[in-house]
Amino acid sequence: MLAVQQPPAGIPDPRSVPENAPEHCPGTESELAGKSAACEGCPNQGVCASGAAKDPDPALPFVRERMTQVNRKILVLSGKGGVGKSTFAAQLGWAFASDPDVQTGIMDVDICGPSIPTILGIASEQVHASAAGWSPVYVQDNLGAMSVGFMLPSSRDAVMWRGPKKNGLIAQFLKDVDWGALDYLVVDTPPGTSDEHLSVVQLLKESGIDGAVLITTPQEVALQDVAREIDFCRKVGVRVLGLVENMAGFVCPNCRTESQIFRPTTGGAARLAKETGVELLGSVPLDPRIGKSADYGVSFLDEYPDSPATSAYLNIIQRLKDILGDV
Amino acid sequence: MAAVQDTPVSRRLSSIKHIIIVCSGKGGVGKSSVAAQLALKLYASTPNVRVGILDVDLTGPSIPRMLGVDGSSVHQSSDGWVPVYADASEARLACMSVGFLLKRKGDSVVWRGPKKNAMIRQFLSDVRWGELDYLVVDTPPGTSDEHLSLLEHLSPVHDRLSAIIVTTPQAVALMDAVKCLSFTRAVNLPVLGIVENMSGYVCPCCGEVSNVFSTAGGEEMARREGVRFLGALPVDTELVSLLDAAEATPPKAESGVPDAGSVGIELVRRYQATPSAKHFGKVLDTLQDALPAIERRTSIL
Repeated sequence: MLAVQQPPAGIPDPRSVPENAPEHCPGTESELAGKSAACEGCPNQGVCASGAAKDPDPALPFVRERMTQVNRKILVLSGKGGVGKSTFAAQLGWAFASDPDVQTGIMDVDICGPSIPTILGIASEQVHASAAGWSPVYVQDNLGAMSVGFMLPSSRDAVMWRGPKKNGLIAQFLKDVDWGALDYLVVDTPPGTSDEHLSVVQLLKESGIDGAVLITTPQEVALQDVAREIDFCRKVGVRVLGLVENMAGFVCPNCRTESQIFRPTTGGAARLAKETGVELLGSVPLDPRIGKSADYGVSFLDEYPDSPATSAYLNIIQRLKDILGDV
Repeated sequence: MAAVQDTPVSRRLSSIKHIIIVCSGKGGVGKSSVAAQLALKLYASTPNVRVGILDVDLTGPSIPRMLGVDGSSVHQSSDGWVPVYADASEARLACMSVGFLLKRKGDSVVWRGPKKNAMIRQFLSDVRWGELDYLVVDTPPGTSDEHLSLLEHLSPVHDRLSAIIVTTPQAVALMDAVKCLSFTRAVNLPVLGIVENMSGYVCPCCGEVSNVFSTAGGEEMARREGVRFLGALPVDTELVSLLDAAEATPPKAESGVPDAGSVGIELVRRYQATPSAKHFGKVLDTLQDALPAIERRTSIL
């Protein structure tokens, strides 16, 4: 009996596989580009064989141009869904924007499940296009956001797009949105390590990504996915700023006893941080008011300054600023 | 109706009676946990039922961990890939996931759409499931490549397909669940109903029920959308720990291959003892009531 190999053998560098590539595309960077058996019949074969595909993405110069005005670019990632990526991205945005002199943008590249508009309380807004580009939706003077959620006629509509269409939109988000000068651009991502993540990383590579914050919960199933995300960051060369553990412990609003809903059966984020050499930025306890704030689109940090979760968030954000070298 | 297409997938799946797809727009609402519970509950329902569980969450597979078969590997036979049996020798609980194909647990699967599509097609056409009463399919969040590929490849067996939508009572999750429902309508996938997960947490100290993620939103959504409400599952720390710590503890450490069998049976026994199992029993009853009507409706269409 044979063990099935990691399928299929000889995975090419995924960053160089074009969006409309056949299944066994060797990758545009490969020596075999346009010449392997899998290239037969591929619409890109001629381009690949000529070597022109090694040229950078045509969107890149525009993205670079747009990003010259953006100081810090921070990705919020997690392999697992529902661990609080969007919530953290929103808190981060609000915390940065609490200084009226700091311009902040939040870009939501979760195309199939955009939550940022709801969490920021701007779900009914629309994007407007002008000569300067698409204008973001502003929560306050210095906090703007862009999401596919602003482009759907109704919140009921499902975005049933395969990779290439999602990538096209992400490229447009990066080159066509008129952010103006930004101090921080926070990019909220969908769960996983697939099209959206590769596209963001590829398109921002030249402009420089300052780093990624990885979100997890104490459960082993989440930690496994986050370990994969750390592996992804290393593969694509994105600096991991640190790990945030969400939903760590729950304080009963009645008796004030703390209990563990998602038990760290395997040592939680602390163990993962130790094993992978990634800094644990902090643990945020589960407060039902966090979810409620997200549903109502209000800033949890401003609404409940006395919550232990608020101080945990603020400490994490301060630590992030320290790591980035910002005051 | 046009003659049923004959494809490698339809040939392979001809011996499967019901295919239930577990989906949700939002991540982390408990799709995998509901899929695992569904499989366990079906498995325990009668002594001869044969259940399969297919994990098409390619970049974040959780099923191996939850069923205690983490670290097992898939074997190739002359008749295709042999799934991992969570109950070993009984071989009534078959399991397939990309997690079994990774060299290391921490390896990331960084694939774009076409690769994911190919993997899903292989899962559907190359896995030797054998005779199954139920195949439960766990999906990743969203409505994108994996879902479109899955539905495309499963179209020849459309008369045996149905879906369960999992949500939490939170507004953000419900919004994505509605999107997911729109998706099922667009692709003509019949929906068995909605399961509301994480709908309240009982404080182990004082017994106070906290609605950690709000409450009753799932039932209301089901009513509004005219879809059956299958039931609410409260947050159950026992279940969380059970599915999380279901590590295949190798009795024969030196062999390196965990004896998944004893773990599988033990897992079913321990699962039946959790409070969730009781709640899920009701979900399963409602679901099995609904199944014939839903499938009949599609076969007429």
